Amino acid sequence: MATLTQAPPPVAPPVPEKRPPRRRGRWTPYLLLLPGLLWLFVFFALPVIYQASTSVQTGSLEEGYKVTWHFATYWDALSDYWPQFVRSVLYAASATVLCLLLGYPLAYLIAFRAGRWRNLIMILVIAPFFTSFLIRTLAWKTILADGGPVVDVLNTLHVLDVTAWLGWTAGDRVLATPLAVVCGLTYNFLPFMILPLYTSLERIDPRLHEAANDLYARPSTTFRRVTFPLSMPGVVSGTLLTFIPASGDYINSDLLGSTDTRMVGNVIQSQFLRILDYPTAAALSFILMAAILFIVTLYIRKSGTEDLV
Amino acid sequence: MKTTKDTTTPGHGGDVRLTGIGKTYGSFTAVHPLDLTVPQGSFFALLGASGCGKTTTLRMIAGLEEPTEGTVHLGDQDVTALPPYKRPVNTVFQSYALFPHLDIFENVAFGLRRRGVKSVKKQVEEMLELVQLGEQARKKPHQLSGGQQQRVAVARALINHPEVLLLDEPLGALDLKLRRQMQLELKRIQTEVGITFVHVTHDQEEAMTMADTVAVMNAGRVEQLGAPADLYENPRTTFVANFLGTSNFIEAEVDSKSGGELVLKAGGGKLVLPEARNSAPTTAGGKVLVGVRPEKISLIHADDAGEIPGGRNRITGRIADSSFIGVSTQFVVDSPVCADFEVYVQNIDRDARLAPGAEVVLHWDPAHTFGLDAAQDIDAGVETVEEEVV
Repeated sequence: MATLTQAPPPVAPPVPEKRPPRRRGRWTPYLLLLPGLLWLFVFFALPVIYQASTSVQTGSLEEGYKVTWHFATYWDALSDYWPQFVRSVLYAASATVLCLLLGYPLAYLIAFRAGRWRNLIMILVIAPFFTSFLIRTLAWKTILADGGPVVDVLNTLHVLDVTAWLGWTAGDRVLATPLAVVCGLTYNFLPFMILPLYTSLERIDPRLHEAANDLYARPSTTFRRVTFPLSMPGVVSGTLLTFIPASGDYINSDLLGSTDTRMVGNVIQSQFLRILDYPTAAALSFILMAAILFIVTLYIRKSGTEDLV
Repeated sequence: MKTTKDTTTPGHGGDVRLTGIGKTYGSFTAVHPLDLTVPQGSFFALLGASGCGKTTTLRMIAGLEEPTEGTVHLGDQDVTALPPYKRPVNTVFQSYALFPHLDIFENVAFGLRRRGVKSVKKQVEEMLELVQLGEQARKKPHQLSGGQQQRVAVARALINHPEVLLLDEPLGALDLKLRRQMQLELKRIQTEVGITFVHVTHDQEEAMTMADTVAVMNAGRVEQLGAPADLYENPRTTFVANFLGTSNFIEAEVDSKSGGELVLKAGGGKLVLPEARNSAPTTAGGKVLVGVRPEKISLIHADDAGEIPGGRNRITGRIADSSFIGVSTQFVVDSPVCADFEVYVQNIDRDARLAPGAEVVLHWDPAHTFGLDAAQDIDAGVETVEEEVV
């Protein structure tokens, strides 16, 4: 403390600044990010840019395509194929709702009631993934075949009369109708609904149910006030994981539907692979992307997931 | 308050009566059929080590667990078959179980809203004031500290004016200092609202500090029930004697009876035990476990043995270990009748000769002696104390 009474020592010449420590470490995070960024660039950014440029090209297959900033392709695609767009959204939305109605009770069962059967049921939910998408959809063709047992039963119960009246089926057929396509979509995307639902239901502390019960909430109220609100993150991610791929799907419509049930995925597929009209196909893809982005943003805003725990 | 017309007359209205209530899971018996009456307005503690059935008993009162046999009465009403949401009983859960998606206000209002109460604002605000959380009303549970969450859990249950408030180890997750503070807080709230509290805990100090009546449970049975001081002074089993504090036991043999006192032979000496404080059979030659609490005993160096007044129980021994803990010094004395005799001596005048190795005489007032049946495990309840109460 003696120095306190002395004059301050003359200012020492500034020590040449040492190079900052851990210099090497500064770049490490970016280096570690590099493979991922490269992946994204090569497999996401590049194709998107390529498709974007394709969508504004004109020309023909023989003469080759050139970028002419021909944005009218978008308008033409939309005015030619808007019914397919609407149909896609409708089918995907119906399938999503059906998935939610079927998947929620099952996820609830697995999360809270299955006990030692939990793993077995989970495996059964995931098992269809071991078979190819195509095969599974073809199997539905057999299930819904004309004069098959399913159609027979539905016919006998006069269910088909009702669905026909609603415009979901035609005559005594299920195959090649909207119902068949929605059934296929529902079946194929059901696991995408169940898994996130299960994850968020399973995270709910069962004592919260007891607490709600203890605080005068009967089981139905407990579900409405506690369980369901707490499972909202699962509901939101499950519906997104179902709706997004379902709205772009073409296999179900291709195998189970008819020309009257064509979805936008079918149009894109045939434009790309059969008619070889690349600009229209690319434009359709972008419109679909934008539409989904728009719907999803609205949905997330509306469901207010950011407020959930 | 809708239930407390007759708080002053115990044994009426809102008593909790458990009659022959038991619970088995497959071949495991969690709770042996037991009878228990919790008087209205009392602070009742169920004390025991983990797995002794105390929480199961509590959950059967709440309706969260269905008893295998027996009935639960609240006042005159048989609620055994009622689901939890129809019982006028609320629970403070061990982990609080606050609803994470609702803010503090809505958590507290939950019970009122379920019962269709229209204007909850005033009641909720008053209740939050009572637990000193008025400022936090719009926060989510995870934004609060453990102690605050605990108070929300209490407020959420109390606002419904239940006939009985059940507390399932509500202070278990708090650190020691906060726990002491919350014990006083809960006691204050109980006195203020006059609701019956049934408190489950494994912490004997907590049970004794807070409760009017303590039921000590062990292996699915109630070992003993009584006021804390009564349990401490007159344990009827070695489990209670060891679980509540520390006890020293000497195995002795009945020698004679005279004028309400038993004279017992232990080692070479004689010990006197008031007959009223003995719960063991007393045929001549029968075995009795003589118990005495460490703080009742005086310790004196063998050289000064002549100063001990007459009529006191005395045994000799050698100090095996001593630890100075400030207010007192705890000695472990090796004596012929008991290997580890514990003695707590207040640090008023410290005798420097009382160090390990010193020959000493222990003496105490015979009135502080209690007698237990020698047929039981002398160490029952000892290890659990060491494991759980730190």
